[in-house]
Amino acid sequence: MSTVNKYDAIVIGGGHNGLTAAAYLSRAGKKVLVLERRYILGGAAVTEEIYPGFKFSVCSYVVSLMKPNVMRELMLPKFGLELLPLESTFTPLDNDYLLRTADADQTYREIARHSRKDAETYMRFGPAMGQIGMAVRPILETVAPNAIRPSLSDMGAMKKLLDHFKSLSSEQFEYLTKLMTMSSADFLDEWFEFEPLKASMSASGIIGTFMGPRSPGSAYVMLHHYMGDIDGAFRAWGFQRGGTGAVSMAIARSAEHFGADIMTEASVEKVIVKNGRAVGVALENGDEYCSDIVISGLDPKLTFLKMVDESDLPSDFVTDIKNFRIRGSSGKVNLALDALPNFTCLPGDGHHLRGAISISPSYDHLERAYDDAKYGNFSQEPYMDIILPSVIDPDMAPPGKHVMSCFVQYAPYDIKGGWNDQKREAFGDVVINTIARYAPNIKDIILHRQVLTPADLESIFGLTEGNIFHGELSLQQLFTMRPAVKWADYTTPIKNYYQCGSGTHPGGGITGSPGEMAAKKILGIWS
Amino acid sequence: MSYNNPFTAETQLKLSPFFERTSKLNESQEWRRWSGYLAATQYELTHDNEYFAIRTKAALLDITPLYKYIIEGPDAQRFLDRLVTRNIKICKVGQVMYTPWCDEDGKQIDDGTVQRLSENKFRITSAEPNLEWLDTNAAGMELSVSDDSKTTASLALQGPNSRTILNIIASESLDSLKFFWMTDTHFGDIPVSISRTGYTGDLGYEIWMDPKDALDVWDLLLEKGKPYGITPTGLQALDIARIEAGLILLDIDYISTRHAIIESRKSSPYELGLGWAVKLKKKDFIGKKALAAEQARGPEWEFVGIEIEWNELENHYRKVGLPPRLPGTAWRTSTPLYKGNEQVGYATSGTWSPILKRYIALAHVKAEYAKENTQLDFELKVEHFRKLTPARIVKTPFFDPERKRSCPQ
Repeated sequence: MSTVNKYDAIVIGGGHNGLTAAAYLSRAGKKVLVLERRYILGGAAVTEEIYPGFKFSVCSYVVSLMKPNVMRELMLPKFGLELLPLESTFTPLDNDYLLRTADADQTYREIARHSRKDAETYMRFGPAMGQIGMAVRPILETVAPNAIRPSLSDMGAMKKLLDHFKSLSSEQFEYLTKLMTMSSADFLDEWFEFEPLKASMSASGIIGTFMGPRSPGSAYVMLHHYMGDIDGAFRAWGFQRGGTGAVSMAIARSAEHFGADIMTEASVEKVIVKNGRAVGVALENGDEYCSDIVISGLDPKLTFLKMVDESDLPSDFVTDIKNFRIRGSSGKVNLALDALPNFTCLPGDGHHLRGAISISPSYDHLERAYDDAKYGNFSQEPYMDIILPSVIDPDMAPPGKHVMSCFVQYAPYDIKGGWNDQKREAFGDVVINTIARYAPNIKDIILHRQVLTPADLESIFGLTEGNIFHGELSLQQLFTMRPAVKWADYTTPIKNYYQCGSGTHPGGGITGSPGEMAAKKILGIWS
Repeated sequence: MSYNNPFTAETQLKLSPFFERTSKLNESQEWRRWSGYLAATQYELTHDNEYFAIRTKAALLDITPLYKYIIEGPDAQRFLDRLVTRNIKICKVGQVMYTPWCDEDGKQIDDGTVQRLSENKFRITSAEPNLEWLDTNAAGMELSVSDDSKTTASLALQGPNSRTILNIIASESLDSLKFFWMTDTHFGDIPVSISRTGYTGDLGYEIWMDPKDALDVWDLLLEKGKPYGITPTGLQALDIARIEAGLILLDIDYISTRHAIIESRKSSPYELGLGWAVKLKKKDFIGKKALAAEQARGPEWEFVGIEIEWNELENHYRKVGLPPRLPGTAWRTSTPLYKGNEQVGYATSGTWSPILKRYIALAHVKAEYAKENTQLDFELKVEHFRKLTPARIVKTPFFDPERKRSCPQ
């Protein structure tokens, strides 16, 4: 443990964004301390051996959009970032299936088996979304300007964005408007006809949000997930060797390489605020650390309603944060398996087990799953995004054994009667039964099952209400509004107190982006 | 089944003893010709998984097309020591040495490995046929040179899990087998030799066997290796890995002096980054005089690694409204390198490195521009138009994991 109790910056939370911010600040020569409550780093991007010999990416399970410049600037490949391809999406159906792979011809043929029209449209769809991605990217890469009381640099940023929008083609503008406002189902209906294809594609519009595919606004979430594709061979999207915890460890090693101190089992109780300025933190064990600035990687609720006193914040801001929508909608089931699941529609081992397995046969399936959640129940037949990490990286499980990661939606945080052990197991059973409908052998091969409800995600990972994105990616909570208007540029109403978690622009997923941009913003203020 | 046309790939090209298996596994049916053999370009429709098998699991490659010769007899050591640039006298039984060999002008003919199988018996591998060159230089010596190319089949098992898999199958543990050493062992009752060598720059082995055992060995490896991610792997993935490892390829990165036609096409080991393998303290060897003179005056060219800088590359594409286009596979087109207005070199092979997330290439550069960190301009075609973009000279191997050389504790 360090004996020096005075730092330039203290980062609360050793999640991947907190570590990223720490690495950037250390790289700039600042003396940085990261304080992590748990015994292990990574926050929601963590790998743990829950059952002996089986490694689970317990929470977050794929690397969605890790920013290429973050990888380079923090030298992450040198410190262990290894992204393996995760290229197929397999949608099992009752008597058939849909399989999309990395090979365009194969995917064409496979979709054409169901709809020739869709197969051809699919070829246009990818490039179109890529174009939109290019159109949106500058927004994601800009520190959200303060639109209410803009500074000179905010004006510059807004001018740049305005120029960028002027440069868009009318087609890009049309798609962008549609994606920002429509439901993913309505948007996809304009393109495709084969229901399982549409449903599987729309699913990326509901992940992590309390919306159904027919809810307006879900199209944007879909776009958010598409962004990874535009990096092509750079591959910002994939499966991290060793699980998502290895991403966090790579960032942590980078931070340490640049000189950061990192402490685990160091739970921060409060940010010490004196005369409206953050001056350090107090740990639960009574230790105190002083620093010039304090940065919270926690979600907005914890950052503002727990780490500091409401009395230190403007009341309208407190209202904004209280209204910030952070309803958890998903659970996670991790399985240790004795063998591979055997899908009735496509039996045996094969390429279909090397990518995502999407339980999304129809819009109705997804929408009904959402209906259950709307009225305070977990879905009786949930949507699932499943991967078999051990098929991609055999080191995740003992030889010949497997791990299965099931992202399950919907499981509302506010469930009728509240979550308890009984409900958790009932939820686990529903998940297994849903899988068994397509792969009946699942029940016979489970060696261990870990079921995480939104309540568990909150208590273990500190995700308020179990929301995996630190707050929904809905339009009113993005860009200059994330997490609150005037405070979307990583600053807070408390001087020298900053935020860098997924609850800030540009939002959730393993991107490193909020951490990077927060650090750059802070360094800009510092200099 | 009968064919009207008797000429098929199978009658016109050589088939490796593994072909019966590889041909059925090759989903893409993409093949390259390697020394007259059909060799899988890739087994799957895309090569990514095979590449990552090399770097994160275990990749199985059929390397039978390599030329192999057995040199045997009391003069075998003396003969090889005279033939190649490295010091074969210090090569112990069970040791392997990578070495180039040259003509009298000190220009490189070929490169390969020399395995010392016993006191008086060696195996040498090469990219091209060398029987005549070996025979010519064996004149008057007490030894025999025999072509082992068809009498030994070989597989490469490369990647971090390769040792684990071999330890399960082989009758003796490979834990103590050091980098560039080999051992005789058995897979069940099949005798095999295993050398800790390869063309990937990773932990890896090459397995040498009687062709009659080829299919049994293949089946055994695939069966026992499955839980460890063993993956049949083609040349596309190998090409990326060998560039990351900074390993040269004859006919791509250099031209053998035998068919160079013009002087400027020839290269010396010094000009190919192989100066370390030229042992001028040796008494005498083919090309020594010329190489000593070249060493004294300094080589005119050097062979270096370059990294194409990302930000500028990205800007070139942004200007035309595209995300950066990276080559999905390794390229082999000679590409000019400039300093100011002067062309001072050319890259001969390059690739996007998926593991390093860097765009890298191997290049010939005039010696005065070959210092590490020197910035040159790399010619890039963006939407058909030639652009210059900065590239920096960097150390090779680009990728050099500790596991390549280490032994388990």
